[in-house]
Amino acid sequence: MSPSIPLQEMIRAIRSARTQCEERGVIQRECAAIRAQFRQVDNGGARSHNLAKLLYVHMLGYPAHFGQMECVRMIASPRYSEKRVGYLGAMMLLDEKQDASLLITNSIKNDLAHSNQYVQSLALCTLACMGSAEMCRDLAPEIDRLLRASNSYIKKKAALCAVHIVRKVHDLGELFAPAARSLLAEKNHGVLHGAVVLITQLCERNPEALERFRKTVPDLVQIMKGLVISGYSPEHDVAGISDPFLQVRILRLLRILGRHNETASDAMNDLLAQVATNTDSTKTVGNAVLYETVLTVLDIKSESGLRVLAVNILGRFLLNNDRNIRYIAMTSLQRIVGTDHNAVQRHRGTIVDCLKDQDASVKRRALELSLALVSASNIRTMMKELLLFLSSCPPGAQSSSCQRHIPCGRKAGGDVRDETVPNLIQLITNTSELHCYTVHKLYRALLTDISQPSLVQVACWCIGEYGDLLLKGECQETEPSQVTEDDALDALETVLQSHMSSPATRGFALTATMKLSTRITENVDRIRSIVSIYGSCMDVELQQRAVEYNALFRKYDHMRAAVLERMPVIEKNSSGHTNGETAGDAVKEIQPAAVKQTGPLLPQQPANQVCDLLDLLGGSEEPLQPSTALGLPNSTSTAGGDLLDLLGGLELTPLAPAPTVPVYEKDGVSLTLICEKTSDSGMTVTLTASNSTDSDISVFTLQAAVPKSVQLHMKAPSGDFLPARGAAKVTQMVALNNPNKVNLKMRIRISYNTSQGSAYQDTVQIDSFPGL
Amino acid sequence: MQFMLLFSRQGKLRLQKWYVPLSDKEKKKITRELVQTVLARKPKMCSFLEWRDLKVVYKRYASLYFCCAIEEQDNELITLEIIHRYVELLDKYFGSVCELDIIFNFEKAYFILDEFLLGGEAQETSKKNVLKAIEQADLLQEPRHEYFNVPVY
Repeated sequence: MSPSIPLQEMIRAIRSARTQCEERGVIQRECAAIRAQFRQVDNGGARSHNLAKLLYVHMLGYPAHFGQMECVRMIASPRYSEKRVGYLGAMMLLDEKQDASLLITNSIKNDLAHSNQYVQSLALCTLACMGSAEMCRDLAPEIDRLLRASNSYIKKKAALCAVHIVRKVHDLGELFAPAARSLLAEKNHGVLHGAVVLITQLCERNPEALERFRKTVPDLVQIMKGLVISGYSPEHDVAGISDPFLQVRILRLLRILGRHNETASDAMNDLLAQVATNTDSTKTVGNAVLYETVLTVLDIKSESGLRVLAVNILGRFLLNNDRNIRYIAMTSLQRIVGTDHNAVQRHRGTIVDCLKDQDASVKRRALELSLALVSASNIRTMMKELLLFLSSCPPGAQSSSCQRHIPCGRKAGGDVRDETVPNLIQLITNTSELHCYTVHKLYRALLTDISQPSLVQVACWCIGEYGDLLLKGECQETEPSQVTEDDALDALETVLQSHMSSPATRGFALTATMKLSTRITENVDRIRSIVSIYGSCMDVELQQRAVEYNALFRKYDHMRAAVLERMPVIEKNSSGHTNGETAGDAVKEIQPAAVKQTGPLLPQQPANQVCDLLDLLGGSEEPLQPSTALGLPNSTSTAGGDLLDLLGGLELTPLAPAPTVPVYEKDGVSLTLICEKTSDSGMTVTLTASNSTDSDISVFTLQAAVPKSVQLHMKAPSGDFLPARGAAKVTQMVALNNPNKVNLKMRIRISYNTSQGSAYQDTVQIDSFPGL
Repeated sequence: MQFMLLFSRQGKLRLQKWYVPLSDKEKKKITRELVQTVLARKPKMCSFLEWRDLKVVYKRYASLYFCCAIEEQDNELITLEIIHRYVELLDKYFGSVCELDIIFNFEKAYFILDEFLLGGEAQETSKKNVLKAIEQADLLQEPRHEYFNVPVY
């Protein structure tokens, strides 16, 4: 049998193991040796250190249950070192769920009565750490005895042991109450601290005890005064505060005693004011005491002056450099925002600033508090800040923030400006993992209240877009509920028919209903009938939509699925966002929704034109005309006409966007072509030239020729200078009309001057025009 | 306090004191998850975090993280002070303590903790008294073979 190595040798051996496997080997060897040693009757001084080795191994995560009986044996040993390690082992290996724990009850009982206080201390410590209810019941009388008659060293431990006993067996609180009361007269800080903790525990558990202990308020105030005002006690001083641990516990007990009780609260008023003003707040320890004081002031029936003082302290905390203090301040403000709303409002600016903090926990607290502070008067600025915050949030945080944002939106719904609707929709599309939760939550909101236009609009949009998720029923973050297709359609119809819904809102609802036609399976006819009813609606916008959707059902049913499929994620630079910043802008909220509805359908070119248009307008205040250019080029406002034309056009062309076709490439000069039909016989050809050589090209001109029956009109080119390396391009638009529908060909002559001055000419013939 | 954990930057546990009854398996799970959570935090972040339904207070001293889980009503700032006091005690006892001291004398670290906290609450608010008690208790230790007592690294 290998000789057992000392504890520290073993630790060194384990640490120097290079692999997990090696470490396991060492440990297995050692455990085998330890086991063998345990079986021997007596090894002299080696027993305790064997157990210590086992405890080390246990801390590394290896099984050590075979040491439990050894712990029991060691605790019963007369040797102090063995008891010490034995009790340590008991606290680590034996919890109340193990049967072996009962076996040490007798040893503990004996040791509680031991002549040596350090032995008593071991027993008390172990009982307070892992004592089961049964053990506590058995040993409670012993503890009570120690509470009354022993030295301070033992008394303070007995008090905390009693705390544990009361936690395990509530009834035993009665037993300790008298002793606890008398302990308050002690001078020893340790005992006082233990006594205060014990009384706190008794009062929390038992309202009768609470009544009785209220009489101790004057005593507690006295003790506290002693700590705060008189005497510098070097033993208990921490950065100028005399025994902050005791101060904090007393304040906490005063809070419990003063709650709902005028007399008690009055008695402590002066003291609290004193502590609040005199405590040095430059170090954490001072702030800890102030924090507890503030909590107490706000919880008891304090004078208004004192309350104001407390809230001001919290306000000061908010400005503290230490992030921990700011966090604490916000937690406390959250608790009182319901009752002292105005006081907290005063600090709104600082709180909103904390939204920009680096720390996620601080940000979350700031968000909760900000949401609580949203009111009719500050809604505009708050929403701006909150949306800014949400858009800068990382995705994970976004979902939890959105969860809170939605109820806020509900609360502020009526006053919210219209720019928030597209913003919120954009945010929702961006957090894909949240779609299910969002649609459920909004659906439920819709059921309860349809008076707030913004919320209803967002809700309708979401139901339309994510209706399938709503109907699926299961959702991780909210309780499951069975929503049937009829329920969803009922909700939308309610919005459609309600007199509270604005035309814009009804537009949202109608579109959502239409979208659902591809997401549900059974009630398509119902949707059809709803849509056709609105075909004769008085409201022009609704009528137009309804007729268009009708057409989707009838003539273009094969396209319905494609038209109504899931929206792509809206990019951040969309019109909704930039226009949100302009004041008094009547950018139609309806338009973004309607435009994006037909978004995926448009060929690429018009979409690009649309973007360019928006760019040109940039951040300008000019409102965009509703019926024009936004995605429906050359459309007239005849009801239903536009969409049909577009669809008509698309019947001939594939749904892919019109390609850019290279038609000429020589000597670094290249020419590409995009073709697009503008009417039955007309089209626009856009030629784009670029120069990839290292020298500039000037006087660049294009001439075009077409077959006789085709009419041609060259628009003015964008320029005639092609800088080197493709720094800029030249575009030339050519309008063609081919009434006889002859086979279209075009011959283009390119001429330009190189940088050396020589003239150059070339010709190219184009026989096929893709996109036609 | 519900429990206190000390762990290194690599996530190795150096001390664990549990004041609530949990099975070994649960303790391991909690330890693993909490260690991961705390280690993932950046240096400038708040010392407080909400984890499951507990408040967790942690502070890093050199290469060791001291992590306490406290209850709803407990004062976070004073918990930071408790952690600091414990570090001071270790420092006084070992003379400029470092992680190795705690590794090779882990049982002493526990004894010191048990003189400072009892059942999860502070039992002695005077640093001097705690150290005196440890000293006295150490004297009671029966003499063992020489090589057991010499600190070896």
